[in-house]
Amino acid sequence: MIPQDEFWMIALAGMGLVAAGFLHVLAQAGKTADEAESSKSQHTAHVLRRWLFVLLLAVFITGSWATLHHFPIPRQNQALEAKQVVSASGRLWSWQIEPATVQAHSPVEFQVTSIDVNHGFAIYSPEGRIVVQTQAMPGYTNRILHTFDQPGTYTVRCLEYCGIGHVPMTAEINVVASRGD
Amino acid sequence: MAGLVMYPEDERLTGGNRTAFDLYIVSAVALFVLMMLIGVTMRLSQATWIEVPPDLFYKFLSMHGAGMVGTMGMVTVAVMWFFLRKYVRLHLWAFVTNFVLFLLGALCIIASIFIGGYGALWTFLFPLPTDGMGMWSPHTAALFMLGYLLIGVGNLIFYLDAAAAIIKVHGNLGRALGLQWLFGGTIDPNHPKAVVASTMVIIANSLGILAGAVVLVMSLVNIFYPEVRLDALLVKNLIYWFGHMYINATIYMGAIAVYELLPRYTGKPYPISRPFLWSWAVSTVFVIVVFPHHLLMDYAQPRWLAIMGQIVSWGAGFPVFLVTMYGALTNVYRSGIRWTMPSRLLILSMFGWAAGIIPAILDGTIRINVLMHNTQWVPGHFHFYILLGVLAMVLALMYHEIGARAHLPPNSGTDRLGFPIYLVGGLIFVFAFLDAGRLSVPRRMAQHLEAWTSTDRIGAVGAVLVLLAMLYFAIRIASGLLLGGKASGGTGATHASG
Repeated sequence: MIPQDEFWMIALAGMGLVAAGFLHVLAQAGKTADEAESSKSQHTAHVLRRWLFVLLLAVFITGSWATLHHFPIPRQNQALEAKQVVSASGRLWSWQIEPATVQAHSPVEFQVTSIDVNHGFAIYSPEGRIVVQTQAMPGYTNRILHTFDQPGTYTVRCLEYCGIGHVPMTAEINVVASRGD
Repeated sequence: MAGLVMYPEDERLTGGNRTAFDLYIVSAVALFVLMMLIGVTMRLSQATWIEVPPDLFYKFLSMHGAGMVGTMGMVTVAVMWFFLRKYVRLHLWAFVTNFVLFLLGALCIIASIFIGGYGALWTFLFPLPTDGMGMWSPHTAALFMLGYLLIGVGNLIFYLDAAAAIIKVHGNLGRALGLQWLFGGTIDPNHPKAVVASTMVIIANSLGILAGAVVLVMSLVNIFYPEVRLDALLVKNLIYWFGHMYINATIYMGAIAVYELLPRYTGKPYPISRPFLWSWAVSTVFVIVVFPHHLLMDYAQPRWLAIMGQIVSWGAGFPVFLVTMYGALTNVYRSGIRWTMPSRLLILSMFGWAAGIIPAILDGTIRINVLMHNTQWVPGHFHFYILLGVLAMVLALMYHEIGARAHLPPNSGTDRLGFPIYLVGGLIFVFAFLDAGRLSVPRRMAQHLEAWTSTDRIGAVGAVLVLLAMLYFAIRIASGLLLGGKASGGTGATHASG
């Protein structure tokens, strides 16, 4: 499953749980509890809230560790030691990418900047999904480290609105099979 | 503690208060319809069902973004004022000044867009406002920014008046937040939740607006003295600090309506508690420091800022799920709730907020943001909790006030038809955005690839349904306020469960 579909499933599961909680309560909302029942349900609600807190805390800690312990963004203030280095510079409304051909299965360092306004540098797979992105900002160079896992023609799209020519601001990157493939 | 009397005497609107409140509400519903009309037009264009030229599309996008957030900011101030004035003495002149400055600011923004051709969106990211490539001039961008400044000054005047009034009653803002009860002591059961929430908003949003003022002045200096260059990353940080706080403040101001009104419709007390105070204290800090999650793709940012952005985004779920949503559901459970328009909208608002925050939290995760940033996932999640969350809170108060004037909670057949149209349309609309995010469809593009139009078309259908429902709500609310009873409130004998 591609990552975007996984995120979609996680979101649907989370929103589904919230919806289920609401539907359960709403199904009971029309009934009126007497004093004893109210007291009992209030006690149950307090206990459940403690468990919900524990559950959320567990998700928070494990989720934070799982998503951050290998930090997904490379260090920006040191050489990334990739054999392939590509410079990408955005301008109103085109990309200058050198070189525009790279090899699959070998890390590529993209050095991304802009010479005028803010742009977004997003690489789309041949199937049309984003594989990686960063911002292209004047005065700064953002470094991406990415390994393409399949050859093909990838499309670069600007993902930060930059004026009337924002949509056609695209470019292509050719990913070819590595020599060992 | 908010009482169970449906229309208490101290909420009665008369004279200048009533005129001012009506001005806020009627202006807001009219603006919501107009901004939605613009939004629908953009979705229909992306769906290729109508053709909107790109230059006009980006003007519409600038208007829709600034207009919706500005209107939501204006009307949620009315929500805060409506309830807070029961507990502290607010000055009507401050409330009216905020409205007048909002109108003047809105006029500047509208003129800059539709006369001057401004199309650099609400974000005015440096240096795009000065680089319109012939579409707009730097002076037009300056007019747009002046509009923001006027609206921000109006907000600050209102907040300062509210802060002074709260301090007069509670001694200082910390005591108003209930910080003295966080670790022990007997909580005053009559300490109003409206005061806690208002205090949080005053602290957080004043800081946000000040950040906005700083960056607006910096940008204006750059426009008139181009030799003064700005740091694009610093400007972006300040803009998102301001923008994030501003829109989040609308949620917290709107939530006051839930705390105040929900117990009246359920007939069950909704007491203040230590978890509630913790929740608002923590949220005060979180909302101030969470903004770096908007800059996760700016790799040049210090790493600790990105980590803070993710951690705090995730942490923000605790108060929402454990206190606000859970507290509301507990209040509703086996309450024998009276189903009328206000109570339906209050429950919807809680659902919209709680469910909408899930895709938002996912987007605040760096690994996920790498693939979802600036896709339609983003308008998917913020429309979820703004359209189905905050707007529902605001509509609940509006409907409640109609009921106050008619001495009966509104629940006509047309209301009962309008509500599901709004709900179903809203869900179709936001899920089409979220699904488009899954498919990597970029946000903020005037033209879409053929492959992207399927979600656009589904979203456009949802948007039309929402617009139709909102048009009905607007007419119903405006007529209910303007043609309703002479004075609201005063039917204190009308209790919740009936």
